[in-house]
Amino acid sequence: MSNGPSRRTFLRGAAAGTALLAGTAARAQTPDPLITEVQPWASGFGDPVDAHPYGMPIRFEDDVVRRNVEWLTADTISSINFTPIHALDGTITPQGCAFERHHSGAIELSKADYRLMINGLVDRPLVFTYADLERFPRENHVYFCECAANSGMEWAGAQLNGAQFTHGMIHNMEYTGVPLRTLLEEAGLDTAGDLSGKWVYVEGADASSNGRSIPMEKALDDCLIAFKANGEALRKEHGYPVRLVVPGWEGNMWIKWIRRIEVTDGPMESREETSKYTDVMKDGSARKWTWAMDAKSVVTSPSPQAPITHGKGPLVISGLAWSGRGAITRVDVSKDGGKTWQTARLAKPGEKMALTRFYLDTEWDGEQMLLQSRAMDDTGYVQPTKDQLREVRGLNSVYHNNGIQTWLVNASGEAENVEVS
Amino acid sequence: TSAQAEGFGLGREALPKEIAAWDVSVRPDGTGLPEGSGDVWTGEEVFADKCAVCHGDFAEGVGNWPKLAGGWDTLDRKDPVKTVGSYWPYLSTTWDYINRSMPFGDAQTLEPDEVYAMVAYILYSNDIVDDDFVLSKDTFLDVEMPNADGFFVDDRDETEYAQWSGEPCMENCKDNVEVTMRAVFLDVTPGVDEAATSDGQITDEPAQAAATTED
Repeated sequence: MSNGPSRRTFLRGAAAGTALLAGTAARAQTPDPLITEVQPWASGFGDPVDAHPYGMPIRFEDDVVRRNVEWLTADTISSINFTPIHALDGTITPQGCAFERHHSGAIELSKADYRLMINGLVDRPLVFTYADLERFPRENHVYFCECAANSGMEWAGAQLNGAQFTHGMIHNMEYTGVPLRTLLEEAGLDTAGDLSGKWVYVEGADASSNGRSIPMEKALDDCLIAFKANGEALRKEHGYPVRLVVPGWEGNMWIKWIRRIEVTDGPMESREETSKYTDVMKDGSARKWTWAMDAKSVVTSPSPQAPITHGKGPLVISGLAWSGRGAITRVDVSKDGGKTWQTARLAKPGEKMALTRFYLDTEWDGEQMLLQSRAMDDTGYVQPTKDQLREVRGLNSVYHNNGIQTWLVNASGEAENVEVS
Repeated sequence: TSAQAEGFGLGREALPKEIAAWDVSVRPDGTGLPEGSGDVWTGEEVFADKCAVCHGDFAEGVGNWPKLAGGWDTLDRKDPVKTVGSYWPYLSTTWDYINRSMPFGDAQTLEPDEVYAMVAYILYSNDIVDDDFVLSKDTFLDVEMPNADGFFVDDRDETEYAQWSGEPCMENCKDNVEVTMRAVFLDVTPGVDEAATSDGQITDEPAQAAATTED
């Protein structure tokens, strides 16, 4: 698989663009043979219905795939890949190209072998089978899952050239599952006493375990024990058959292949909340328990992997916005690096802790642009610039980079990742 | 039981042996530690046998694999080196993580005595204990982790939210805008065309990213 066909995409698109020339006044000189001549697909057969019991995207879309960046990690087992957000639209991420992050690989765990344990400060420690879980009342919710390290490579400056690489550690799915609260209540929380100081420690069935501590308030609020995503079973690489969904909070806490939930009277201070997923500040001290993912946005098109190929005239500037603290209420777009802003159109009203699609329908005069987007959420928070973040945190936070992204779009329509003053 | 009566009656009671098999986590106060002990020199042997191929003979790390020792006093510098000695706040985490998830690719194969010894050796490699140190349940809380006080709870609501909320600027927000950095100069994106090469204005080394993205 080619790892980054941005140039090829551009050239292919540019060739198509030349054939069409400038949109508005276009007038055909000669009849189009795609119309005047009978095409094979209008005459012969297409595939039979039994050709593909479970289909894949058409081959012309073979650029819309996950990509990894080899030098980021020591190996590909404890590693990350990236969702092709530059090529997607709407808000729902197709599971097959939704990013993966594992710490000891994507394990294969059947429903028959699956067990979920609840223990610790509960009235009755329990073991559930997968079949048990399907008998509890279910809910459906759409949420984004963003890796805490999304955009982390950009702390020190513009580094990776594409929205997929700078912002693609994210996916957004419709989950079906059982509220964590329901399972905790099934085990009984009387033993735990005052719940305000209590925690749950959750861990996966894989070798890394990925154990994390979650305060009881969040556990009882909106966490979901999910077994379906976008209508079908979770993909293996996303935690089949059961994962934890922690709305608005950093992706690391969305424990995959979840096997155990322990009610405790304090945080476990596991590796994934001490060594990792703590954020070093300027003075060398570090924030811990930075759970929520703050409001963030990115223009997905045009972007380095999605250049403008149609020449001057009507242009759709499109992107994604999201906030772990609530719903997106507004997205502003700048074409001049933040000097002036226009409010974009939200495709649908923002939903809490879910991706929101925005559009700015505009005219491109062929001039260079410095494209930015700025998200606002229903708490009134406004997405900061990278420099504002660095002023508070320095350069070594690794995680939680929600700074405003800039794409430089040049006169030929190509875009690149830049930082501006 | 009342819990059952109030609930759905789904699932079954977990047996003590089942809980013991899966609940192996260790708390900062040492809760969860099993019986056993191990000394520095035994740890060195176990480490050489099972860990050094990735983490180095002295826990200093091989290639891109994690460094477990060193990095003292680097946390406020560019590219801090975050190791057990320089960064990790609790010894419990080291014991727990090794016991549960190491060696990489062969997890949950270590005996408690091996884990105790290995952790003792990592402490020694970080100059936290002397070479005659024996780690056990009893000596566990004697160990002082250098960066135990290095962490504070998320304070974004106080330090960030107030200054980044409210009606933002829409017009005349800046006098001038200049491009200060371009990703194409680094040329570290997979598949990016050769044409987009460095013109010598590299503002940072790609390696800085490798360091920041250990995760």
